[in-house]
Amino acid sequence: MRLIAENLGGERGGETVFSGIGFVLEKGEALVVTGPNGAGKSTLLRVIAGLLPVAEGRVRIEGGGEDFPSIASACHYLGHQNAMKTVLSVTENLRFWRDFSGEPLLSVEEALEAVGLGGIGHLPFGYLSTGQRRRASIAKLLVSRRPLWLLDEPTAGLDKASEARFGGVMTDHCRQGGIIIAATHLPLGLDGAKALVMGETV
Amino acid sequence: MSGRTEGGVQARASQTMLALFLRDIRLSIRAGGGALTGVIFFLAVIATIPFGVGPDLNLLARIGPAILWIAALLACLLGLDRLFQADREDGSLDLLVLGHDRHMLALTVLVKCLAHWGGSVLPLVVAAPLLGLFMNMEPMGIGATALTLLVGTPAITFIGAAGAAVAVALPRGGLLISVLVLPLTIPVLIFGVSASYGAVADPDPFLQPFLILAALTLFLAVLGPVAAALALRHGTD
Repeated sequence: MRLIAENLGGERGGETVFSGIGFVLEKGEALVVTGPNGAGKSTLLRVIAGLLPVAEGRVRIEGGGEDFPSIASACHYLGHQNAMKTVLSVTENLRFWRDFSGEPLLSVEEALEAVGLGGIGHLPFGYLSTGQRRRASIAKLLVSRRPLWLLDEPTAGLDKASEARFGGVMTDHCRQGGIIIAATHLPLGLDGAKALVMGETV
Repeated sequence: MSGRTEGGVQARASQTMLALFLRDIRLSIRAGGGALTGVIFFLAVIATIPFGVGPDLNLLARIGPAILWIAALLACLLGLDRLFQADREDGSLDLLVLGHDRHMLALTVLVKCLAHWGGSVLPLVVAAPLLGLFMNMEPMGIGATALTLLVGTPAITFIGAAGAAVAVALPRGGLLISVLVLPLTIPVLIFGVSASYGAVADPDPFLQPFLILAALTLFLAVLGPVAAALALRHGTD
């Protein structure tokens, strides 16, 4: 499986935010997107996911097979918001996304264990701290199988230990043949990741 | 594709949709959900009408079905703005839209509508017979009005979903949704009320307007979610 972007351009409200972005990611590879605020990192991720229309160029996935014919069906999108309901418990939230996304992978308990939140699944999501919310949201990536992870500031609010643990989670994902595109300001601890610096060439 | 895999796909889709339905029902009955808001508004409107109209029992009985329907219609519109907005605010909507390739977004919207109806509108239908007593309606009329509400209110939710999807990105979109949706709900109101009258006033027919009401609901059950899905897919930013 490979992800190919050719001469990709994106716009917001009619204004071109970036253009001419091109990369090829083979399975097991990661791309770290950096750049100043407003350089278009989030827009790039949303364009790749298909949440925003492609202004120019194209992005496609190859070799996804029957299970993952398109980017939207092959990706986990972790945006700025956590996509969790504050009045439902962490377990209820994760169980919903596991059922809704299909392709179940880890059980809810295993996923919580993997992000270091074992034993708090019964708490309402709204009771968690910012960092814990982010970690619960990261657990969402683990409960169903998707080869492509699109991560927008995934480590915002995480402490050092959680950052390191998340680095391990991402490394595992790549080792199992996954592809990661992460937009970030902070070092992610992804060894051998490709780098894309936005806001300089545009 | 072999029959077995196709069955598996269908089983998975129904499991997915059941999960979504249960989540939305849970959200509507937990703290902060809209389940009671509509009922309280409904109760407030119906309870004030007799004071405004005066103690003319015959008049109250005559306008009863119409008042119940109008109040129920407005109470339905009240909670519609949260249908997609809550999901948009916490980022869930992006993931629901991304799920389009696995299960049609229109189906997701339909299930969300059904859950919204079950969580916020069905309590209105249940409360309607009690409130009918306030209006001095006879048992036959109360039964007919409750039945027409049961059959007709889903149509309001389906139209409302399209309005809610269009206005999802607007803060304070609630009023806009009501203004957008209200004209489209007029046929539902007309046939709902005329069927309710048909059950009590003798020369008027009951079955014809009732069947048209049912047809409206079925028609809008397709059109509303498809329109809403279209608006949601092009409305993400």
